[in-house]
Amino acid sequence: MNTPTWAQLVNLAVAVLFILSLKGLSSPKTARLGTGLGALGALIATVVLFFTGIELNNFALIIGAILAGSLVGWFSARRVKMTAMPQLVALFNGVGGGAAGLVAVVEYLHLGGEGSALFSLFTVVTIIIGSVAFSGSIVTYLKLQEIMTTRPVVLPAGKWITILVALGTIASAVWLFVDPQMWVVLLLSVLALAFGVLFVLPVGGADVPIVISLLNACTGLAVAASGYVLDNVLLLIAGTLVGASGTLLTSLMAKAMGRPLTSTLFGAFSGTTQGGSATGEERPVRSGGPGDIAIMLGYANKVILVPGYGLAVAQAQSTLRELADLLTARGIEVDYAIHPVAGRMPGHMNVLLAEASVPYEQLKEMEEINPEFSSTDVVLVVGANDVVNPAARTDKSAPIYGMPILDVDQAQQVVFLKRSMRPGFAGIENELLYDPKTTMLFGDAKDSLTKVVSSLKTM
Amino acid sequence: MDGVALLTIFVLSIFVGYEVVAKVSTILHTPLMSGANAIHGIVLIGGIIVLGSADGALEIVLATLAVFLGAVNLVGGFVVTDRMLEMFKPRKSADDVEGGSR
Repeated sequence: MNTPTWAQLVNLAVAVLFILSLKGLSSPKTARLGTGLGALGALIATVVLFFTGIELNNFALIIGAILAGSLVGWFSARRVKMTAMPQLVALFNGVGGGAAGLVAVVEYLHLGGEGSALFSLFTVVTIIIGSVAFSGSIVTYLKLQEIMTTRPVVLPAGKWITILVALGTIASAVWLFVDPQMWVVLLLSVLALAFGVLFVLPVGGADVPIVISLLNACTGLAVAASGYVLDNVLLLIAGTLVGASGTLLTSLMAKAMGRPLTSTLFGAFSGTTQGGSATGEERPVRSGGPGDIAIMLGYANKVILVPGYGLAVAQAQSTLRELADLLTARGIEVDYAIHPVAGRMPGHMNVLLAEASVPYEQLKEMEEINPEFSSTDVVLVVGANDVVNPAARTDKSAPIYGMPILDVDQAQQVVFLKRSMRPGFAGIENELLYDPKTTMLFGDAKDSLTKVVSSLKTM
Repeated sequence: MDGVALLTIFVLSIFVGYEVVAKVSTILHTPLMSGANAIHGIVLIGGIIVLGSADGALEIVLATLAVFLGAVNLVGGFVVTDRMLEMFKPRKSADDVEGGSR
């Protein structure tokens, strides 16, 4: 296909816009501008494509599918609650991978297997990576949406099934080279889809964000490879940019969670993450009423608030801020301790608290706040569990072992606002809940906080 | 374009992609992932190219699906990224007020 020179120059400009977009997104001041530049680039590239003299046989279908897709994308993005945002990103990533895989399948069918070895190679690569990103992302979506269990799913002989499917995928890819049959393309797609599912199933809930990021990088690579297939430089550049930045981002996230990437992906395979599970036995815990909690907080000198996903689910961010304001007004030192993966993804909690206009300087990151806990009177943990679980330090069999945690157990007193004794997202018991210095207040986070706030007002 | 030129672009893009996000702060991990996610939605144009030349029912159905999914990824990706970053806006104004009143 011959792209006119002017269009190639426009594509170069679009590539620059994409680079500036990523650059902008890595700094808080320019992040929104970065998003705008990326969207502008994508719009230009799409509109210009129609004037480059490509074949436009199914014009009505093209326009219809673009409109339908844009509407679905727009509405789901506008409507989603901020708490459910990570799984929507996973879903968007998955459909992108699916699109790349489909593009390669259609192009291969269209050319009927005629094409250079290099063309076939990149077709196969696009189909495999695109399909894995698609089915893998769907599984992460189901896990985050809690449609399926968030605990690692280890099938009996799962390791061998996965290896078998992987070998089958490779075998059918080789088959395509030797004997270009149309149905082998479809077999290859199906096997790659199955591999994507098997690959993500054993990943535990807490590690899901890292896997989303990894699959995001995969989709980037699939798009880059589809650029080879279609001889389109813009797809190649955009896909590669995302593949490279996504890979780096994945390792940064893994580092923030203190998890080597390999143990995230293959931990469940080796069967070491089975321990630390909920025992279910009844053990005594100390629980208090809202009034008791208000007294503990109201007469403290220093309070640290630890917000978690449960806070966001209960939509209690503003109530927590109200509590913090009341305590500050009483001359108490109040800080928020933000774990890198508080919420469901790195930075998710910052977004949620910013929504409730919590002053930015009260948000303390983990490294900054951890030395402070030993001089803190009361720590109030609202809807968080795994990120304060000491098992991450001590229990080698726990799925979260090695993840840096907030050292809440160093404080004088700990208060947990929780709905129940149910374990957190990682599905493991938290010893700190049974500690003598811990007080539990059961109930919906917003409800409990409102009661504490009103008791505090009467003091 | 010939293979070597494409390979050159590919290798250089890897370095660019790696370098531009190297200094990202933890707070922005999620928006950055989401923004990168939106950018690979540009696969939409790949979908348009194959649908434009597709013939036969199977090709047309698959290619239409590709265009649809690409558009969902592209538009949804940018909109959701913008919504995340929107949340950071009141924080900035809160900072400004902070300096004056407290």
